[in-house]
Amino acid sequence: MHYHWDWGVFFKPTGVGSEIYLNWFVSGLMMTLGVALSAWVIALVLGTVLGVMRSLPGKIASRIAGAYVDLFRNVPLLVQLFVWYYVIPDWLPDNLSNWLKQDISPVTNAFITVTVCLGLFTAARVCEQVRTGIQALPKGQSNAGLALGLPLAQVYRHVLLPQAFRIIIPPLTSEFLNIIKNSSVASLVALPELLAQTKQLVDFTANQFEAYTVGTLIYFAVNMLLMFFMRWVEKRLRVPGLIALGGK
Amino acid sequence: MLHFSDLQGSLPGLWEGMKVTLQMLIMAVLGGMILGTLLALARLSHNKVLAALGGAYVTYFRSIPLLMVISWFYFAVPLIIGWVTGTNRPIGAFTSCLVAFTMFEAAYYAEIVRAGIQAISRGQMNAAYALGMTYGQTMRLVVLPQAFRKMTPLLLQQSIILFQDTSLVYAVGVLDFFNVAYSKGNITGELQQYILLAGAVYFVISFSASRLVKHLQKRMTV
Amino acid sequence: MISIKNVSKWYGDFQVLTDCSTEVQKGEVVVVCGPSGSGKSTLIKCVNGLEGFQQGTITVDGISVGDPKTNLPKLRSRVGMVFQHFELFPHLTITENLALAQIKVLGRSKDAAIDKGLKLLDRVGLKAHAHKHPGQLSGGQQQRVAIARALAMDPIAMLFDEPTSALDPEMINEVLDVMVELAKEGMTMMCVTHEMGFARKVANRVIFMDRGQIIEDAKKDEFFGSPRSERAQAFLSKILAH
Repeated sequence: MHYHWDWGVFFKPTGVGSEIYLNWFVSGLMMTLGVALSAWVIALVLGTVLGVMRSLPGKIASRIAGAYVDLFRNVPLLVQLFVWYYVIPDWLPDNLSNWLKQDISPVTNAFITVTVCLGLFTAARVCEQVRTGIQALPKGQSNAGLALGLPLAQVYRHVLLPQAFRIIIPPLTSEFLNIIKNSSVASLVALPELLAQTKQLVDFTANQFEAYTVGTLIYFAVNMLLMFFMRWVEKRLRVPGLIALGGK
Repeated sequence: MLHFSDLQGSLPGLWEGMKVTLQMLIMAVLGGMILGTLLALARLSHNKVLAALGGAYVTYFRSIPLLMVISWFYFAVPLIIGWVTGTNRPIGAFTSCLVAFTMFEAAYYAEIVRAGIQAISRGQMNAAYALGMTYGQTMRLVVLPQAFRKMTPLLLQQSIILFQDTSLVYAVGVLDFFNVAYSKGNITGELQQYILLAGAVYFVISFSASRLVKHLQKRMTV
Repeated sequence: MISIKNVSKWYGDFQVLTDCSTEVQKGEVVVVCGPSGSGKSTLIKCVNGLEGFQQGTITVDGISVGDPKTNLPKLRSRVGMVFQHFELFPHLTITENLALAQIKVLGRSKDAAIDKGLKLLDRVGLKAHAHKHPGQLSGGQQQRVAIARALAMDPIAMLFDEPTSALDPEMINEVLDVMVELAKEGMTMMCVTHEMGFARKVANRVIFMDRGQIIEDAKKDEFFGSPRSERAQAFLSKILAH
């Protein structure tokens, strides 16, 4: 079998404007990071709320959050994405549905869909981490807060969550890295993120090995950089004398 | 809203798809666990080169998306097998995906197995060595049987994740359960119904399986 | 039988053993004592190669432990060892614990191994527990099984690494009784222990270690009569005061 190696392919013009193929990787990476960061905001906010609900003494709030986690963790991400992409828009009010389908570009539509999908998917996982973090704190902490006369909301806000978040930085970091990796499913609803751009390059140039190698290495490099960055953050935020759980 | 014109007619096809999904799952779980165990042993080995190679493998596969691996292997596995064997026999998408899942999941299983081995006290290894056992015997007869018992819930949990992840073979056209459901939906014009149906089926299986694992975990800790 | 010559060992910069030398003759019982962290457990683990050492030589029955060419598994199969935390294999029954190494290491038949194991189990008075798992036995019972497991290999010598220090006081004697019996039968034994009653009863010699060095190596009567070093005197008075 013949295969023509050509590592110079990335600097060749694509034929579209003055772009070279390397530009596709850059725009793909930007799209990946954009989707991942937007989804992370949703995941962090919703996941924290759900995690607090899971840790509350009342049964109802805890059950609702528990059901959410069960639902979003037991359906494959790809199926969830297709539900958001093919099913949900038809259930929305007409004006919103039309806006999604007609008024905005397909790419923007895909971006919004993927962001919501990944955000809600990851919220279930963040919820479990937040709950674990809160439950890892000694019971005396919330009692001490309450004994000082703080209302429960303030106990969470000022006593429990600041400690819990420090404990769960390592697992949260890996959840963020997971969002970046999971965002690659967006290539299946035509969002031009990193994997989609890599595949497009494969189709255009027939230099599959080079394209996939570089695409993979970009994911790898982003992962490594973020991991080292978060280790550094974790060290800076460490409270002297406080033992971190789940740290390495 | 969830009206199917001919669900009964679709059932045999869906069942065929489910068989493909389960076949992929079982083979990838077995392959992944075996490769993962070897990787874990490599990472814990006193041989620095072996440990570094094992570590690099695990770190690498854990930092790239599964879908990327599936897409890449879909085209690379047939080429590589062709180069190695010198033949031009076509390799199906199923085989490529199986190789991708096995190699990818092995990295995740390896971390579970490594933690399991490290949880067995040094004294157990010493006792086995003191009885004259070799490294291989110590691992096979004393350490791994205990480690696997402790790890069973985690290994099963990871396998449930893998079960869900098998749906990604849709990307390269393997007719697994999800892809069959999607195609049926496209043909009959009832795409939404079929997607929701697929979601419900995945949910029921994963949910019951994880409940079983939780139950098992509780029983084991007693 | 066991000969230790000028052995030194370091963990990084920290020296755990300094120039240790002693001998254990065939049929002799030698007790090693000393404060915790004195290196006595490390020294006994060097004897069957569970711990390496950087300087000196140790030979067991004429075979050098530190020699990289030595077949360590084979050597270890001839030297029994009993650990502080018993280290029975929790996933196997008592019978399987006794038979495993006989079958896999010595190549005995399953029947012969089980037969031998049960005989030794009977000897330590636990035959009724053969089918149980280690977790179902008390600490003292587990340690007796561990001794039987080591004996099943027909060892030429036995090493004991603080065999009673993880036991509740009321269980110590049942283990010591087995060890005393073993000593009286002429087994070559090297025992790291604080049980001075045991030492008085059966030891030929007592070795006192402190800070990685062998401070005193004397006949039992000399050691208990008038220990020469101050450190040994201080240690003895602390232990015997209890």
